[in-house]
Amino acid sequence: MNPATPIVTGDAAAEARATTNQLGMWVFLTTEILLFGGMFVVYSLYRGVYPAAFRQGGQTMDFWLGTLNTAVLLTSSLFMAVADRAVRANRRRQVTACLLVTILLGLAFLGIKSYEYHAKYAAHLVPGSRFRAGGGRAPQLQIFLFLYFAMTGLHAVHMIGGVAAVSWLLALNVRGRLSPARAEPVTMVGLYWHFVDCIWVFLYPLFYLVGR
Amino acid sequence: MTTPFFSTLWLEEASTVAKRTDFAAAGLLAVSVLLVAVLAAVNLYFIIRYRRGSPAPRPPARIPSWKIETFWIAATTVCFLGFFAWGTRIYLDIERPPAGADEISVIGRQWMWDVRQPNGRREFNELHVPTHTPIRLLLTSEDVIHSFYVPAFRLKQDVVPGKQVSLWFNASKEGTFSLFCSEFCGSKHANMTGVIVAESPGRYADWLAQGDAMGDSFARGETLFLRYGCSGCHTQPSSVHAPSLEGIYGRRVPVTGGGFALVDDFYLRDCILLPGKVAPAGYPLIMPSFQGVVPEGDLVELIAYIKRLGAGDRGGSTPGMTP
Amino acid sequence: MSEKADYLAVDYSMRSWFCTLDHKRIGLLYLSSITVFFAIGAAAAAAMRIALLSPSGDLIVSDVYNRLFTLHGVIMIWFFLIPAVPNVLGNFILPLMIGARDVAFPRLNLASWYIFMTGASLVLYAIAAGGVDTGWTFYTPYSSTYSNSHVMVMAAGVFIAGFSSIFTGLNFIVTIHRMRAPGLTWFRLPLFVWSLYSTSIILVLATPVLALTLLLMALERGFGVGIFDPKIGGDPLLFQHLFWFYSHPAVYIMILPGMGVVSETLACFSRKAIYGYKVMAFAILMIATLGFLVWGHHMFVSSQSVYAGVVFSLLSFLVSVPSAIKVFNWTATLHRGSIRLDAPMLYALGFMGLFTVGGLTGLLLAMMAVDVHVHGTYFVVAHFHYVMVGGMVMAYMGGIHYWWPKISGRMYHEWTARIAALLIFLGFNLTFFPQFVLGYLGMPRRYYTYPAEFHSLNVMSTAGASILGLGYLLPLFYLTWSFFRGPMAGPNPWNATGLEWRTSSPPPTENFAATPVVTTGPYAYEPEEK
Repeated sequence: MNPATPIVTGDAAAEARATTNQLGMWVFLTTEILLFGGMFVVYSLYRGVYPAAFRQGGQTMDFWLGTLNTAVLLTSSLFMAVADRAVRANRRRQVTACLLVTILLGLAFLGIKSYEYHAKYAAHLVPGSRFRAGGGRAPQLQIFLFLYFAMTGLHAVHMIGGVAAVSWLLALNVRGRLSPARAEPVTMVGLYWHFVDCIWVFLYPLFYLVGR
Repeated sequence: MTTPFFSTLWLEEASTVAKRTDFAAAGLLAVSVLLVAVLAAVNLYFIIRYRRGSPAPRPPARIPSWKIETFWIAATTVCFLGFFAWGTRIYLDIERPPAGADEISVIGRQWMWDVRQPNGRREFNELHVPTHTPIRLLLTSEDVIHSFYVPAFRLKQDVVPGKQVSLWFNASKEGTFSLFCSEFCGSKHANMTGVIVAESPGRYADWLAQGDAMGDSFARGETLFLRYGCSGCHTQPSSVHAPSLEGIYGRRVPVTGGGFALVDDFYLRDCILLPGKVAPAGYPLIMPSFQGVVPEGDLVELIAYIKRLGAGDRGGSTPGMTP
Repeated sequence: MSEKADYLAVDYSMRSWFCTLDHKRIGLLYLSSITVFFAIGAAAAAAMRIALLSPSGDLIVSDVYNRLFTLHGVIMIWFFLIPAVPNVLGNFILPLMIGARDVAFPRLNLASWYIFMTGASLVLYAIAAGGVDTGWTFYTPYSSTYSNSHVMVMAAGVFIAGFSSIFTGLNFIVTIHRMRAPGLTWFRLPLFVWSLYSTSIILVLATPVLALTLLLMALERGFGVGIFDPKIGGDPLLFQHLFWFYSHPAVYIMILPGMGVVSETLACFSRKAIYGYKVMAFAILMIATLGFLVWGHHMFVSSQSVYAGVVFSLLSFLVSVPSAIKVFNWTATLHRGSIRLDAPMLYALGFMGLFTVGGLTGLLLAMMAVDVHVHGTYFVVAHFHYVMVGGMVMAYMGGIHYWWPKISGRMYHEWTARIAALLIFLGFNLTFFPQFVLGYLGMPRRYYTYPAEFHSLNVMSTAGASILGLGYLLPLFYLTWSFFRGPMAGPNPWNATGLEWRTSSPPPTENFAATPVVTTGPYAYEPEEK
C-alpha cells in the first residue's frame, strides 16, 4: 500500500483511478465469497451428516446438462477475456462480437438451468408440499434439493446481473465509448463475470458429481 | 394472594448449583464495582485537578507508556481468565448429570409444559420433584424453540424441536418456585409459565403413587406400540428380521460401521425417528422413519414402555427405576 | 474569506439534494432519515414501557406487544445504530479528515442511501401491514414455519438495507487506502479513521452472512420446508449459528465508530494526544478480529456443544481485554491534560462510564454458569442497552455536537446541550439499571405480562424512560434551531487538530481549496494556558 497518496495528474491520475476502481471490485468480490462461502459451509455440514441422502440427491441431477452448462460458462469466460484484450488493442468489432457471444452463452446457461428446474418441478422434486420422494429415498433428500435450488438460484440471479452488465458494455462499445484509454469497465465486469463462473465451478461437483 | 408492590430484591437459592452461581456472579460483580469505583474516582480527580486553567503542574510523562500498557494488559487478561475458569468449572458441572439420576420427561409446546413423571403420572405446567435427589429432565419441543427456566435453581435449558436435551438439578429446599419460558415462542410466550413443586422424597413418593386418572402408563405404552405397528416387526412371530426389544434398554449393541452404542433414551429416540442414523448391526435397513408420525407425547410413552420391556417390572410406580 | 458558497448554500433545490454526489450532503440525508427511524423505534419503546407499568399486561395485548418489540429491535439496530456514526459522521467527516475531496465512489455512496431507504420502506410497510412478531432475531422454526406475520417482507427490507452497509464499508475501505492526503501515513491517521476502517472490514465480511441467513429463512418460509426444519432432518440451531455469526460482529460495527468519536473528542477537550496511540489502533483491530470468533456466547443454553461453549466463553473474555485497555488509555489521556466540560466531552465521559458498566456486565454474561441463569432475561436487555445506548448513542450525540459547527457552520447553545446530556445520563441509568436487578431476579425478556414481584422495578424503569425521552427531545429542538439561527462558528471553534478543522465551516463542496499536506501525527495539541 502507498504510505500516502501523492498528488497526481493526467495519465497518472487515470491509472490511479483505475487502481482505485479495481480495489473496489475486489472488495465487492470478497463480499460475494462470504455470501456463497456461507452456503458452501452449510452444504458441507449437511453432507457430513447425511451422506446417503446427498448421494441420492446427486443421482436426481442431470449430469450431462450440468456438464454442458459448465462448458458453456467456461467458454463464455474465454470470450470475456478475449474481449478485454480486444478493447485494449482497439479492435472494436472484435469487442462487439466477443461481448455478444458472452451474452448468448450466458443466456444459454440460464435457459438450460430453467429447463432443469422445470424438469425437477415435473418430477415432484421441488421441496415443499408437492414433494414426493418415492420409495427408498431418505427424507433428508429435501435438504439436498433445497440447497440445490437455493445455491444455483442465487448463482442464477448473479448470472442475470452479469448478463445485464455485459449488455451495458455492449451498448457502450456500440456507441464508441470504449477505447484502450477507457478499457476499465470491461476489466471490472470481466472480473465479476469470471468470479460468477468460478462459483459455478465449485457448485458443479457439489451437486452433479456427488452421486457418481 | 397478596400482590406486593415492592419487589423482593432477593431470589432464593433452591438448588445445589444456585449458591455456586450466585457466588461466582457476586465475585465478578464485586471486582466490577471496585473497578468502576476506581475508574470513576480517578477520572473525577483528573477532571478537577486538570481542569482548564488550573495551576496543577503538567510535566511530561516519566514512565514509558509501553511499561504501563503491558502492565494493565497483562493484569486485565489474567483477571478475566480467572473468572472464565471459575464460570466454566460450574458450567461443566451443570452440564454433566450424575449417573443414576431419576429421569422426568418434559415436552414444551405452544404454550404449555407437559410433564411425564417416571411412573407415567402427567402434569401440566407443574413439575413435582423430590428434594435432595438428583433429577434429570429430558426435554423436547413439539413445535418451536422454548426454554425451560427456573430462576430459583439458576438453571435454564433451551428446548429444541427434533432433538432431546437434558437438564439436571438437585433441589436443595422444599417450596414452590416459578417456571418460565424464556425463549420467545409466539403469542402466549409470556403465559407459558408454571411452578416447580419441590417436596421431601417421602411426600413426593406419596404424591407420585396417587397416579392420575389416565390409567397405567405401561398399558398406555403398550397400546401405542401396537397402534403404530411396532409389534408387527419387533414382536415374534414376525416375518421381518428386526431386533427384539426385550431388556434392550441399558445394553450396548453393535452398530453397522463398527463400534457399539449404548441403548439409552436418546438412542431409542433416534431409532424411531431417524432409523438410518446409528443402525444396529446385522439387521436390514428397512425400518421406516416415524418422524412426523409419532408426536412427542406418544414418543415419550413409547420409550418409557420399551425401557420396561423384559425388565421384570410391569406398571410399577417406583421412582428412580432407571436400570 | 472566500466568496465561494459552502456546500449547503451552493444550491437549494430538491434535485441538488436528492441527486447529490457530495458526501457531506449524503451524510445529512442519512442524518434526517435515521432521526426519523430513531423516533419510530423510540415510540415503540415508549409504548412498551408504558404497557409494562402494569404487571397484568392489560394495556397492550400480547400479539401487539410482540410486534412492538420486534419493530423496536429491527428499526433501532439496522436503521439507527448501524448507520448512525458511519453513515452520518463517517460520510461527512472521513474525507475531510484525510484531506480528500470526496469518498472513492460518490455515486455508490448516493446509491447506498437509496438502497437504505428502499429497505426501510419495506420494513415500514411490513409494520404498517400488521407487523412481525418474531423478534429482531427471527429464530427458526418460529419465523420460518409458525409465525403468522409479515416475516418475508420485513426480512426482505433488512436484506436490502444490508447492501447499503456493504457498499458503505466498501467505499470507506477504498477511500482510506487510496485517498489520503500526501504525508498522511497510516500511523498519522486519527483514531476515528482507524475505527471506521475496522468497522468497514466487519461490514463487508459479516453482512453477506446475514444476507444469506435471511435468504435461507425466507426460502424455507416460501417453500414450506427447509434446512432449518427438523421434520426433514434440518437443524434449527444452524440458523442461530449463521445469524449470530453476523450479529455479533454487528455489535462491533455499532460500537467501534463510537469509540473513534470518543477518542477525537477526549483528545480535543483535554488538549492532549490520546495516550498510547498505537495500542489504541491495535486494540481497534483486535476487537474487530476477535469479534468474529465469539458468536456462540449467544447460544450457551441453546443445546450447542458444551466444548464449543467453553471456547466461545474464553474468546469472549479475551475480546473484552482490548475494550478495557481503551478505557484505561482514555483515563490516562485525561492525566495532565487541560480539560473543559463542553457537551461533546460530557458525552465522551458518559460513554466511558456507561460503556464500562455495560462491558463488565458483558463479562458476567460470558461467565457460562451465570449466563445459564440470566440468558433470555432483562439482565441481557440491560447489558446491551448499556453498551448500545449508554455507549454508542452517547458517542453519536457527542460526535454530532463536536462536529456540528463543521456541519452547519454554527454553534449550538452550550448550556442547553450540557443539561440535555445530563438528563440523558440520569434518565438512562434510571431506565436500565433496575433491569439488571429484574434480570437476575428472573424476569424473562419479551414478556408483556409478568409476576407481581417485578412490579416496582418496572415502574422505576418506565420513570427513567420518560426522563430519557425528554433528554433526547431537547437536542432535536436546539440543534435544529441552531442550524438556522445559531451564532457563526468559524473554521475551528474548538481549536482542534485534524484536517477537517483546516477548512471553513461549513466546508465548500470540494472540501479544500488546495489538498493539504500532512507533516505531523494526530493530536498534536499544546496545552493552553487559559
